[in-house]
Amino acid sequence: MKYIVCVKQVPDTSGKVAVKEDGTMDRSKMATIINPDDLNAVEAALSLKDKNPDAKVVVVSMGPPPAAGMLHEILAMGADEAVLVSGREFGGSDTFATSQILAGAIAHIGIESDDVIFCGRQAIDGDTAQVGPQIAEKLGIPQVSYAADIEQNGNKLKVKRVLEDGYMNIEVETPCLVTCIKELNTPRYMTVRGILEFDKKPYSVFDFEMLKDEPLIELDTIGLKGSPTNVYKSFSPPVKGAGKMIEATESGISAMVEELAEKHII
Amino acid sequence: MYDCTDIGAFKGVWVFCEQREGKLNTTSFELLSEGRKLADDLGAELCGLLIGDGVEGLASELGGYGADKVYVAQSPLLGTYTTDAYTKVLCDAVVEKKPEIVLIGATNIGRDLGPRCAARLHTGLTADATHLDIDTAKYLDFLRETSTIDVDSMTWDMEDKGLKMTRPAFGGHLMATIICPRFRPQMSTVRPGVMKCAEFDEAKSKAVKIEKLNVSLTEDDIKTKVLEVVKETKEIVDLIGAEVIVSVGQGISKDPEKGIALAKELADALGGGVVGASRAVVDAGILSSDHQVGQTGKTVRPRIYVALGISGAIQHKAGMQDSEYIIAINKQETAPIFEVADYSIVGDLFTVVPIMIDALKEVK
Repeated sequence: MKYIVCVKQVPDTSGKVAVKEDGTMDRSKMATIINPDDLNAVEAALSLKDKNPDAKVVVVSMGPPPAAGMLHEILAMGADEAVLVSGREFGGSDTFATSQILAGAIAHIGIESDDVIFCGRQAIDGDTAQVGPQIAEKLGIPQVSYAADIEQNGNKLKVKRVLEDGYMNIEVETPCLVTCIKELNTPRYMTVRGILEFDKKPYSVFDFEMLKDEPLIELDTIGLKGSPTNVYKSFSPPVKGAGKMIEATESGISAMVEELAEKHII
Repeated sequence: MYDCTDIGAFKGVWVFCEQREGKLNTTSFELLSEGRKLADDLGAELCGLLIGDGVEGLASELGGYGADKVYVAQSPLLGTYTTDAYTKVLCDAVVEKKPEIVLIGATNIGRDLGPRCAARLHTGLTADATHLDIDTAKYLDFLRETSTIDVDSMTWDMEDKGLKMTRPAFGGHLMATIICPRFRPQMSTVRPGVMKCAEFDEAKSKAVKIEKLNVSLTEDDIKTKVLEVVKETKEIVDLIGAEVIVSVGQGISKDPEKGIALAKELADALGGGVVGASRAVVDAGILSSDHQVGQTGKTVRPRIYVALGISGAIQHKAGMQDSEYIIAINKQETAPIFEVADYSIVGDLFTVVPIMIDALKEVK
């Protein structure tokens, strides 16, 4: 029995954003973090493993070689194995392309009838929420997205799936894919022992050569050139004509409020 | 034979019209209103796709918002949304009718259904678009208005009739226009609350054509079982319908409780409104996610939007910059929020807001 967790290393967009001359984000100059929702996916797998100690937690990420550091951290949190899917051919993939590469990598690891795949709902750099459901489709397994609670009973999972105005409780059998949201859990920290021992755990890199014959991967729809969607144009919004500066004093603010009243804004 | 690369074989604009318990969501109307413009630019038909159990009666409502035709797929197995059933029905319908464009609201359900369908149909899917164009001239007008690109110094294919789908990208720090040139249909999920809803047209509502689709679905097709659907009685923050929104950002972190209390009091003083929040405040667990304004939260356009201690990352601005009047209060003179504000106050919100509340009381 395996819990496979898909994770992504993302630029930390909560801090300062470096922009290149062409207006695109300069990822090389920005700090990277584990995508927040993906940490909830890792925790979901680890906490189910706490109850089923025979299960193995395998963490998979597609990204450039520096993503190894993130995988080491997740091994130190308690994951058993890590796989980095990395290759120039995969770079620039959109969600369609990414999901088939990850589905191919998961098929390469091997998916069995009692396995569960966990993904974060969405990554903060793209906010698409597409890769999880698309992996499930490629693998031909059911999905439950927006999971806020997961209970496992044998090969059945009961998942609380959040809606805008409430939730659904959904039962699904393994193998299946679940996308996780922040409300699901609080991710654990790395342990000292985990940090000391992560390099003894199995760690592999899947490159293009290893995956190119996987039937789920169509070689003409991966990477920047193969991706179905392309960026036609990217741009930064212009600075709106500066508004009125109001002095932060009683008289300044009163004058503003009077103007608001005169203009019938209030 | 269905061939997703046979571009010329695909015609018409479709909108997936989400309903729950026989009630259409307003995003469906927004998407039809927008879809109408795209269909007109293409000289094509605008079709609503209605999936459910006993939902045929809703079709005329969709006509009123612009649909020429409504495809209705009904079955007892479609009463409650399941990924498997809705994906099969939507994909079967696309394979049969070959629409050129499929739009889906970026709701929790739409974001579950869209990617599954796009993967099955072997096509691209743009996530959470906030602006759509067919006509290149209109797209260039949009760029002139909303970007710093020197549109006129570049060459453009003015004959291009591909769908140009624009969305905030890279955590909201940039806007990107996405195209899907090699495959059909061109698919996008569209952010709720962004597209303007057209006026309901009684005549169009009566004239709408209805075509029932054959549903081939068995219980075995559905691998998940919905045990229950629970509506939460918690107070839902109606950001989208609010006239006045006072949002709080990281600036309240030295005393979140007091910051939120001040925001509420200010909203009341402005005539009654709701409290919104930036992503940082929601991520920190200070307010629940239904308060969140921005790319990952809600897009709002109230009459008055007050930003308290919000720096104004594009991620946040994307969700509020179309508000009628924006008042920003922030300690940092360089905060990007001031770029979109009509009234900018550099100062500590804990000092400024009480003064503003007093001033408002005096005016009344």
